[in-house]
Amino acid sequence: MAGVLGGLPDSVLSFAYLVAATLFVLGLRGMTHPRTAARGNLVSAAGMVLAVGITVLWFDILSPLVLLAALLVGAAIGTWLAVRVETTEMPQLVGLFNGFGGGASALVAGAELVDRFGSVGSTAIVPYDVTAAAALAGIIGAVTFWGSLVAAGKLHGLLEGSIRYSGEQGVKLVVLLVAVLAGGYLVVQPGSFGAVPTADWVPVYWLLVFAASVLGVLLVVPIGGADMPVVIALLNSLSGLAAATTGFVLDNSALIIAGTLVGASGFILTTIMCRSMNRSLADVLFGGFEESAPGGEEVDIYEGHVMSTSPEEVEMLLDTARRVVIVPGYGMAVGQAQHAVAELAELLVADGVEVVFGIHPVAGRMPGHMNVLLAEANVPYEQMKELEEVNPTFPGTDVVIVTGANDVVNPSALTDESSPIAGMPVLHVWEAETVVVNKRSLSPGYAGIPNPLFANDNTYMLFGDARESMQALVSEYKRNH
Amino acid sequence: MTFVENLTLFVLAGFVGYEVITKIPATLHTPLISGTNAISGITLIGAVLAAGSGSSTLATVLGFLAVVMATANVVGGYLVSHFMLRNFGRRRGD
Repeated sequence: MAGVLGGLPDSVLSFAYLVAATLFVLGLRGMTHPRTAARGNLVSAAGMVLAVGITVLWFDILSPLVLLAALLVGAAIGTWLAVRVETTEMPQLVGLFNGFGGGASALVAGAELVDRFGSVGSTAIVPYDVTAAAALAGIIGAVTFWGSLVAAGKLHGLLEGSIRYSGEQGVKLVVLLVAVLAGGYLVVQPGSFGAVPTADWVPVYWLLVFAASVLGVLLVVPIGGADMPVVIALLNSLSGLAAATTGFVLDNSALIIAGTLVGASGFILTTIMCRSMNRSLADVLFGGFEESAPGGEEVDIYEGHVMSTSPEEVEMLLDTARRVVIVPGYGMAVGQAQHAVAELAELLVADGVEVVFGIHPVAGRMPGHMNVLLAEANVPYEQMKELEEVNPTFPGTDVVIVTGANDVVNPSALTDESSPIAGMPVLHVWEAETVVVNKRSLSPGYAGIPNPLFANDNTYMLFGDARESMQALVSEYKRNH
Repeated sequence: MTFVENLTLFVLAGFVGYEVITKIPATLHTPLISGTNAISGITLIGAVLAAGSGSSTLATVLGFLAVVMATANVVGGYLVSHFMLRNFGRRRGD
């Protein structure tokens, strides 16, 4: 049973996997700077080609046509999705790809079990570490697949935002218990001690996968809007862990190393996203935001204090500004305003104004969402500043333009301990000379709370759609310069 | 390899991943996600073996589906990252 390269010693295969793993690590290292990141991605891809190529050539492929067909179909789907996607649809595509990886891992673990149970005969026992790893891979993979599909559906607007129901946690617990019990059954393989053929226990794996699938759906269904960056990062981590556990099933070092790298990456991103909202992962997954204070109060804080402005007036403010900070939020993505915003920045820079973008880690629907949109609109990465970097600079800033963001510039995170977002790191835009907030209305953001910033003495509201407002601002600026 | 040897790889790779990835700036987090996404498509190796082994029809069918999903993940993930990163590397006016 040997493929084209099968005559070579086993260590050659292991060595090729080691080289592939090294290329993955080097590729990720390239991602530590925007200038080297594209090359890093190619290095990582080369590692993948090596790992897959050597596997195809090494082992005896009994059905090469099936394999070739599958590879072509998969490559066609991947290419088609990647080429036709708009930048604004990126979060759901990333979510979808996460799911594919997880789903594939669950299927591979299943196929291996079918193979093992089929070949060892009716009484032999498949090693416990193999069945345990398969059970884990099945659970993690199925949760990842269905969770990602639901997340992608939500991001694409196919599913409603946040769905909560009573007894929700109990239902999830029961489903999890079914999956875990099925997993335990697989590990112990009680049938193999008696006359029952072990192959009869294979359906238990599918029961496990089914329960985990339901769990994946139930876990993500209640999570809405602004919590999506956490979900995307978590699913990213899980897709890696699914691959790593499948590596334990197959005793394959490439899967273990590569899968673990991804698991670690997703874990770090999840932690960063949670910290940026000052919430725990459990709170995001199971908590949701509590109902906000009664409505009367909310209206009062705005009453008589909100000053609305026009593109003409904002243009006059910009005329005398020397430093401008633009704070984008999800509204910029929805309105596809990034090109107008970038053009405004470019015009200002050309007139000698210092312009930076202040980007909150959880702005948008996935980690780094705003950065990708702005990069697409040709904003140089040097202009994109992280929260810690931009916050100390607000007192020296003449004008802040907030477009499509709300909770991430809410001062009550610092001042009101009873606020649902208390303790969340926010952008201190109010410390600037003047703040212009571009928003459709005074409606609350995802956290469902009013924003005292809108009623500040140095805040002007520029009501309207992000793109229309920014385009109006651009043409107004061009007319006067 | 034994289970413990595999576990050793798992733990060490976890630390390497942690050290490397904490150095990646927030501005690249989306391409990082899609790039690591593509890496998690490494499960394609296992899928290739399952699809090509021809041991049973069921294993072949599962393998086929797994290869399709994993390949879509790998190819799509790297391509999407590539398109995004091309934007980041580009300077204004290019």
